[in-house]
Amino acid sequence: MATAFSTAKFSTQPFPLNPTSTTSHDSSIVFARPTSQFLGSTRKFRLTSSSKFNLSRRSKTVVAVSDVVKQKKSKSSPSLLITKEEGLDLYEDMVLGRAFEDMCAQMYYRGKMFGFVHLYNGQEAVSTGFIKLLKQQDSVVSTYRDHVHALSKGVPARAVMSELFGKTTGCCRGQGGSMHMFSREHNLLGGFAFIGEGIPVATGAAFTSKYKREVLKEADCDHVTLAFFGDGTCNNGQFFECLNMAALWKLPIVFVVENNLWAIGMSHLRATSDPHIYKKGPAFGMPGIHVDGMDVLKVREVAKEAIGRARRGEGPTLVECETYRFRGHSLADPDELRDPAEKARYAARDPITALKKYLIENSLASEAELKTIEKKIDEVVEDAVEFADESPVPSRSQLLENVFADPKGFGIGPDGRYRCEDPKFTEGTAHV
Amino acid sequence: MAAIFQGVGAAAPLSSSPSNSFDSNKSVFSPPRSFSVVRSDGIVNLNPKGRSAQRLISNAVATKADSPAASSSSKPGHELLLFEALQEGLEEEMERDPRVCVMGEDVGHYGGSYKVTKGLAKRFGDLRVLDTPIAENSFTGMGIGAAMTGLRPVIEGMNMGFLLLAFNQISNNCGMLHYTSGGQFTIPVVIRGPGGVGRQLGAEHSQRLESYFQSIPGIQMVACSTPYNAKGLMKAAIRSENPVILFEHVLLYNLKERIPDEDYICNLEEAEMVRPGEHVTILTYSRMRYHVMQAAKTLVNKGYDPEVIDIRSLKPFDLHTIGNSVKKTHRVLIVEECMRTGGIGASLTAAITENFNDYLDAPIMCLSSQDVPTPYAGTLEEVTVVQPAQIVTAVEQLCQ
Repeated sequence: MATAFSTAKFSTQPFPLNPTSTTSHDSSIVFARPTSQFLGSTRKFRLTSSSKFNLSRRSKTVVAVSDVVKQKKSKSSPSLLITKEEGLDLYEDMVLGRAFEDMCAQMYYRGKMFGFVHLYNGQEAVSTGFIKLLKQQDSVVSTYRDHVHALSKGVPARAVMSELFGKTTGCCRGQGGSMHMFSREHNLLGGFAFIGEGIPVATGAAFTSKYKREVLKEADCDHVTLAFFGDGTCNNGQFFECLNMAALWKLPIVFVVENNLWAIGMSHLRATSDPHIYKKGPAFGMPGIHVDGMDVLKVREVAKEAIGRARRGEGPTLVECETYRFRGHSLADPDELRDPAEKARYAARDPITALKKYLIENSLASEAELKTIEKKIDEVVEDAVEFADESPVPSRSQLLENVFADPKGFGIGPDGRYRCEDPKFTEGTAHV
Repeated sequence: MAAIFQGVGAAAPLSSSPSNSFDSNKSVFSPPRSFSVVRSDGIVNLNPKGRSAQRLISNAVATKADSPAASSSSKPGHELLLFEALQEGLEEEMERDPRVCVMGEDVGHYGGSYKVTKGLAKRFGDLRVLDTPIAENSFTGMGIGAAMTGLRPVIEGMNMGFLLLAFNQISNNCGMLHYTSGGQFTIPVVIRGPGGVGRQLGAEHSQRLESYFQSIPGIQMVACSTPYNAKGLMKAAIRSENPVILFEHVLLYNLKERIPDEDYICNLEEAEMVRPGEHVTILTYSRMRYHVMQAAKTLVNKGYDPEVIDIRSLKPFDLHTIGNSVKKTHRVLIVEECMRTGGIGASLTAAITENFNDYLDAPIMCLSSQDVPTPYAGTLEEVTVVQPAQIVTAVEQLCQ
C-alpha cells in the first residue's frame, strides 16, 4: 500500500485500500493480500530511487524496496541490500530474540518467573531492523514487551534472564522485572508498564541530545532516540502530545509503532477511528511511513532513512510497522479472540524464515552457517538460564536501596541522625 | 538589650495577617544541622516568659547563629520579594551548572505566571528556559527523560493543580525509575509551582497537592514560606540527586525579606524553628505559618508561650526537631492548609504518635482545611482554611 513521506506540505499519498468492514477481525481487509512474498511483495512502498534524503522540504514519493532492488539488479552487478556479515548479524539477532522468548515461556510455565510476561515472537524484524543500526550512545525506549529490545540493544542475555528470575544479577538487580528492563551502559531507558508513559521519556532523551549540541556546545552530539510502542498506544494522549513536541523542536527521535493489530483483546480496528497510524505523522509536521514489519530488510531500509534524518537534525519521523505477535498478549492471555486464519497468514510470513530464505537464495550464507548460528544461540540461551538459576536472590537488605539516589531523602530520625547513617536502617522499614 | 528590627515596607498580600513585616531574630537555641549562613539582621531577646515581655513580638523567623558574634561582622544582605528570591536561586544554579534548565508553560517569554522565571529566557535562551505546549503529563515525562540522560530540569506547573495531569509521570516515572532500574538512572528533577488557597481563585485553582503526592515513594517534598527559605530550598532542590517537589504558595510571592548576599542553601530534610516556646508545639508549613504567627501574638498577650515550627520538609518529616519540641512542651497542635482527610497533618499525627506518644500530655490536635472544594465566595473561602482565631482557641483548649 502507498505510504507517505511528506514533509512541509503535509500531504499524503492516496491510500488505495479502503477499510470497508470494521467489524471483522480479518486484517486482510486493511492490509494487502496474504500472498505477499518477501521482497517480491506487491505492496508499494515507494522510496526515492536514490534512497538518499535531501534537505529539501518538498514532499517526496517513496518507492518500494523491491523496486529499488530490481533497479539495482538491472544495472550491471547484482547489488544486494546487505552484506553477508550484516545478514548474519541480523539473523543472529532475530534468532536470539526468538529463542530467548521461547525459553521465557518454558521458564514461566516451570515457575521460574512470574507476573506479567509479554513475549515478542513474530515481531523480531522491527527490533532487529531498527536497533542494529544504532550506536551505543543512542537510546531506546520500549514498553512492557521489552525483552528483545534489550537484547538487540546489547544487554547480555544473562542479565535479562536473571532479571526475569528476580535475581540480584539481573540488569535491574531484580527490582524491575519483565516490564522494566533498563541499562545505563546500553542506553536502554526502559521498560514501562503503562502504555504511552515511555514516549515522553524518549522525547526527553532526544531533548537532551539537542540540548547537548546547542546549549552545552557538544557539536558532535548526534544521539538519536527510538521510541517503540504499539497500536493501542496510538490512541493515547501522550502519543499525540509527544508527536507535537518532537516536531515542534525537531528532536532527534523516531517514533516506531509496532502495529500488531491487537491490544490484548481489542482489535485495532475496533479502537481507532482512522486505523492508518502513519497518517498521523504529517498532521503534526513529520513524515509518516508505513512498512512491512515482517520483513527485516524493508524495516532496515526505512530505519536507515529515519535515523539518518534524526541524526542530521531534520527532526522526528513516525514509522508504522505492520507486524504480528505469534503468541498471546502475555503468557496469561488465552488468546481466544484472534482468528486462526489470521495467525496462520502471519505465521507464513515469519521474519526469520524469510530472512533465511533471502540469505540462502542470494548466496549470502549457507544452511550450515545458519545452523551454526542457531546452535550458538541455543547455547547462549541455555547459559543464560543456568546463570540466572544459580544467581542469588536479593537479600532483605536490598529492599531500601535505590529508593533514593541520595538516601538522605529518608530523612532525619528522632535521634537527630539521618536514617541512612544508621547501620540497622536497611533492616527496618522505610518510615518517614 | 533587645532590639527589634521591623521589616521594611513589606508588601505582603495577606489581608488576614497584617503582621507581614519581618523581624529577624536570632535564636539562641540548639543549633540545627543546617549549614546555612546566619541571617545577619540583628540580635533580639527571644524568650519572653509569659507576660514579662510587654512588647509584642511579631517576629517571623528565628535564625540560627553559628556564634553570637558572627552577626555583626556579616554583610548586610539585600532585600527582595519571595518570587525574586526563587528567581535568584534558580538563576544562580543555572549559572553554576549548565545542565540546569527550566521547562513549563509560559516560563520563557512570559517570564512565568508568577514571574519566578522572569528574565531567564533572555539570559539563557529558549532551549534552557523552554516554553512548552499545554501537555503537563508529556512535558513532565520529557523532563524525567532528560534527567535520566544527564540534564537537571526544573519543571514548573503553572498552578500546582495542573500537575494532577502529570500524576502518571510523577508517580510512575519520577518516583519509581531509580528503583526499578536498580539504581542505574537518577532523576534529579525539581517539580515546582504555586498552589494553595488564594483569593477566590475557585476550587480547581486552589488545590493542595501535597496530600496526593505524599505517598509516592522515591520523592521528597518541601514547602517554602519565606524568601530566605524559598531561595535556600530552591537551590538545595536543584542540587539534590533526588526528585524534589517544591511547593510554593500563591499568596506568599510578595513577601519581602532581607536575605544574605552570600551563597547558601537550606537543608531539604530539616524543619525550621520559627519561634521557640515552652507551652505548646505548633507545627505548620507554608501560608499557615503566618496565620500561626498572628495567632501567636494573641496567645502571647494572653500569657501563652507557643513554640512554632515550620516543618518545611513535608516528606520526610524532620522528626528530630519535631521530637525535641514535643519532648519539651508535651502538647502538639498541627495547623495546615491541606484538607482534613489524608493530609500532611494526618501523616504527621501518626508519626508523632508512633514515635513520641510517651511525651504527650494531651491528644494531638490537627487543624486542617475543610473537606470541601474551595468555594468562590469570599466569605465561604475564608472559613475553608484555618484562621488565627481558631488557632488561638485550639491552643487554649490544649493547654487546659
